[in-house]
Amino acid sequence: MIGTLKGQYGSGIREANTYLGQNYMVVEPSIVSELLQILRDREQFDYCVDITALHYPEREKQFELIWILYSFSRNERIRVKTIIADGESVPSAVLIWATANWLEREVFDMFGIRFEGHPDLKRILLPDGWKGHPLRKDYGIIQQDQEWVQANLGIESGQ
Amino acid sequence: MGAGQPGDRERPINMTDRTITDPNPKTTEARKADPTRFLSHLELDQPDKTFLDSNELVINMGPQHPATHGVLRVILKLDGEQVLGTECVIGYLHRGVEKIAENRTYTMFNPYVDRMDYVAAVSNGLGYCEAVEKLLNIEAPPRAKYIRVILTELNRLASHQLWLGTHALDIGAMTPLFYTFRDREEILKIFEKYCGARLTTHAFRIGGCQYETYEGFERDVIKFLDFVPPKIDEYEELLTTNRIWLERTKNVGVISKADAIALGVTGPVLRASGVKWDLRKAQPYAAYSDFDFEIPIGTNGDTYDRYTVRMEEMRQSLRIIRQAVGKIPEGPIMAKVPKVMKPPVGEVYHSIEAPKGELGYFIVSDGSTQPYRIRVRPPSFVNLQALDIMVRGALVADVIAVIGTLDIVLGEVDR
Repeated sequence: MIGTLKGQYGSGIREANTYLGQNYMVVEPSIVSELLQILRDREQFDYCVDITALHYPEREKQFELIWILYSFSRNERIRVKTIIADGESVPSAVLIWATANWLEREVFDMFGIRFEGHPDLKRILLPDGWKGHPLRKDYGIIQQDQEWVQANLGIESGQ
Repeated sequence: MGAGQPGDRERPINMTDRTITDPNPKTTEARKADPTRFLSHLELDQPDKTFLDSNELVINMGPQHPATHGVLRVILKLDGEQVLGTECVIGYLHRGVEKIAENRTYTMFNPYVDRMDYVAAVSNGLGYCEAVEKLLNIEAPPRAKYIRVILTELNRLASHQLWLGTHALDIGAMTPLFYTFRDREEILKIFEKYCGARLTTHAFRIGGCQYETYEGFERDVIKFLDFVPPKIDEYEELLTTNRIWLERTKNVGVISKADAIALGVTGPVLRASGVKWDLRKAQPYAAYSDFDFEIPIGTNGDTYDRYTVRMEEMRQSLRIIRQAVGKIPEGPIMAKVPKVMKPPVGEVYHSIEAPKGELGYFIVSDGSTQPYRIRVRPPSFVNLQALDIMVRGALVADVIAVIGTLDIVLGEVDR
């Protein structure tokens, strides 16, 4: 599978490897949408397990986005990873897997990464007016949106 | 449809209106194939518009509503009794578990996972411990694995019993609640004797188990195995052929196989739609490959099928426990684990079959004592997303039934 994909995309697939028996590949953000579509249609990865992100503030391109996919017929998992800079966005996978809807909203809520073409990209776990994205590394563990807390909860601080 | 809206009188009722103003001209077949049908946020999607739209009403169900199983708020768009669309508002119980994890060592984070799906704390702990063990490249000894299986399956039973009791109560049957809580108590007693806690057990440690089984553990478990099967028959007697139960659950909240897969639904909800998939079989973990058990599946994907699947799962859990308790191997219960845990740089995804579905942990290590990131893939969160498509076109009372049948725990949805 990796061989065919590499033949098709060449250097678009930067790395395809196995760690602790788990397969993953790192791909260019430009091909990620097309690749996910192919993985679902041709390679039968019909179940999108999870979409999540990682933040590395010291890197030039700060975010790693990860799709964890599973195929029922092959009983196999694969992780697709892409690296993007702060402010960059990737195409939404909502039309590939319906489950991506809430998962992408959570990534947006926690990291502030935007997904192009998402039908309703808004916060999911935090309140709509909240400022900041808590799972970024520069967001402190006890940090909160004081303004929001004071305006909406009528208390000085939530701490 | 209720009458008496002031707007009705001014506008003559004209049957042809319906065809002219139909906002969704696609045929049913075309709509079924359309991937955008899942996008049903209230404004975006226009479910089959009715002909008297003056009856449309948007109301909140929750967050303080006993039948939403916690602080779940569902915005319902109604046409009389009929649901046109829903939107879930969640996050009321958000504690930032993933953020906390980045500021704790691997060992310190272990008790936190019990607070996600607090009804199945043992399963959460198993998933987390196994994920970290994989990252550290260690394996729990066989005896620990067997103890883990027994406790996890007992917990699955307890979780299903709680589900059954509350789900039946939501639908209007009060008795099963008392029966299931009476019998669940016996499981909690075993937990309490084993580790001192009944709910948030923190039963396992990275590398094995902290506690050896207590004197008489096997006896207690076997006693329970003999005690509970007639009780499960009793629940079934109350419900399985009960006419009210059938009316309230048959063909309610139907989700097709294809939709369930597209929505990433897992656990009994997926199996009730006819997908024979259980992580305990597909990718065995702990000691599950040593035991014989069946994966019950349904055919219609309705609320009744999910009920029968879970009832059968309880019996299969008992079967696993019976096999395990008879041959718990001797030996240590803890692997050799370094005092200071510093997993090598890398990442791992490990998932288990929790009572609610696939519970996954994606852990990234930067080589320090604290995880760089822990992502929890919560089954309840993903399953809840299916609520909208399951209740569209149904009645308000069915929304309650579907929330119950999805078996969500808000602690896990919100984390």
